[in-house]
Amino acid sequence: MVTGHGRIEHIVRVWLPVAFFLVLALFPFYWMAITSIKPNAELYNKNVMPLIVRAPTLKHYVDLLTKSSFLLWTWNTMLVAAVATAISLVLGVMLAYPLARMRFAGAGLIAMTVAAIYLVPQPLLFIPLADVINRLGLGNTLTSVILTYPTMLVPFCAWLLLGYFKTVPKELEEAARIDGASRLQTMRQVFLPLCTPGFISAGIFAFTLSQNEFLYALIFLTKTTVRTVPVGVISELIRGDVFYWGQLMAGALLGSIPVALIYSFFVEHYVAGLTTGSVKG
Amino acid sequence: MTVVSERLPALGQAARRRAPLSLVLDRESVFSWLMMALPLLFLAALVGYPFFYGILLSLQYRPVAHTGTFIGLKNFITNLHDPIFWQVTANTFIYTGVATFLKMVGGLCLALAMNQHFRMKNLVRALLLLPFIVPTVLSTVAWLWMLDPAFSVVNRLLVALGWPKPGPSWLGNPTLAMVSIIIINTWRGLPFYGITLLAGLQTVPPELYEAATIDGASGLQRLRFVTLPLLRPIILIVTLFSVIFTFADFQLVYVLTHGGPQNATNLFATYAFDIAMGAGQLGLGASIALAMLPALALLIVALTIYMRRV
Repeated sequence: MVTGHGRIEHIVRVWLPVAFFLVLALFPFYWMAITSIKPNAELYNKNVMPLIVRAPTLKHYVDLLTKSSFLLWTWNTMLVAAVATAISLVLGVMLAYPLARMRFAGAGLIAMTVAAIYLVPQPLLFIPLADVINRLGLGNTLTSVILTYPTMLVPFCAWLLLGYFKTVPKELEEAARIDGASRLQTMRQVFLPLCTPGFISAGIFAFTLSQNEFLYALIFLTKTTVRTVPVGVISELIRGDVFYWGQLMAGALLGSIPVALIYSFFVEHYVAGLTTGSVKG
Repeated sequence: MTVVSERLPALGQAARRRAPLSLVLDRESVFSWLMMALPLLFLAALVGYPFFYGILLSLQYRPVAHTGTFIGLKNFITNLHDPIFWQVTANTFIYTGVATFLKMVGGLCLALAMNQHFRMKNLVRALLLLPFIVPTVLSTVAWLWMLDPAFSVVNRLLVALGWPKPGPSWLGNPTLAMVSIIIINTWRGLPFYGITLLAGLQTVPPELYEAATIDGASGLQRLRFVTLPLLRPIILIVTLFSVIFTFADFQLVYVLTHGGPQNATNLFATYAFDIAMGAGQLGLGASIALAMLPALALLIVALTIYMRRV
């Protein structure tokens, strides 16, 4: 039984530090949410207590959805993230499977190269890449980002899947080989169906990374109709006049919700992926 | 078939001489290289080529929409005589160093706090990860509003606690602007550290703590002599990751300060962006971005070798 003294000690030792970190982590989101439902009269009045809302309103959301291209940006973001993730998973498997299962000259070198490419940050490449995209005539098309996001996602998926593939026992594949299946058949029909959890965590990471991407989208997408949410919000919702914060916070909150939802369903996979030790921080 | 030929190399050699296509394709090396060809080509075209093209660009005078002229190392020499370039260099190292240190210490505290028994632990862990999950640009915009010169909620709370009005000018004062971007980078990266270290803590065998306690070790000594040595590999990997992507950070600074005031928060990435995209000097911009390369290459090689060993 927990005594009264023990309970107080439990609160001080456990909940005090945890609560501190929780408030720190969540306050900006609370502030985002509360700003988005405050009428302007409250938002820009310095004499009312700012932490609560008195007369909640959905006006900022209505304005955001009717007066800006937010819905279009959301569609663009989802489309780009989904296609880029699919491409990256397929190409990632094509790299990871041989590296995990086959013995061939140069395997070590390829594995090192993939790991190194995964660690190359975008700011090192964006200037030449911008010129390449221009010369290909892909400026202001979603293709430009669908093509460039996998440059960071393929090495990432390959590296994550490589780790996962090595944990899958080899016996089933060996049995299939003895039964006369080709390597391709063994991989596609025996091995890959065993790896669904690996694909889910790699897919979630790739999808959230795509939604998070800003630099390439900022440079390649300069027209309203092709923008993604982060670029649209930064470039078009921050305006010259002062009173735009309600709409901006509504946009930031709505833009965060898809990622937060996906991740809340798959949080176990996410944490498992994090702890296999290979995520950009 | 193949299994037999693998066990009896001499027999396999004989079979290979007149092997049909399907058998050739089934060789480990042929299968592997065919499988990897497409992704490797893709990476060569969109990472390898731009990388070397960037080096070429840095050796050119290349205004946007014009053809380039080769000028050798002139761009790099221009940078060496540019006081802003040196300020940017100092900024980047300060930003990376301080933010990494804060994330490491804070992350360890978070991991230790979470490594206790309490209810709703999984929910708490999920909530704590939110800053790391949500698109950086969108959470940074919330911070921009929280530090707004006129309506900053942070300042209103500080004033309510007795701070003289109107409170600090977070993004207007050069020093405070640097403090602000460091705090926000830490806020975003800390959960990554915390949750990764927590996973490491959970693999420490309880017997070690018991043994240490029997030997008379205090709580602090157990941390110092049992926990930290065992966590070292994880701390090293997380730190190298974090350093690489903090060193090359762009979006946080772009949204919050655009590098200002007076370049006080300009980093390599944002300065290269200004010169290349703002001023249209692709060659000079590329040379600034490449200034990151020596430090990055060192870190990347170190981390790649380390990850291979683990």
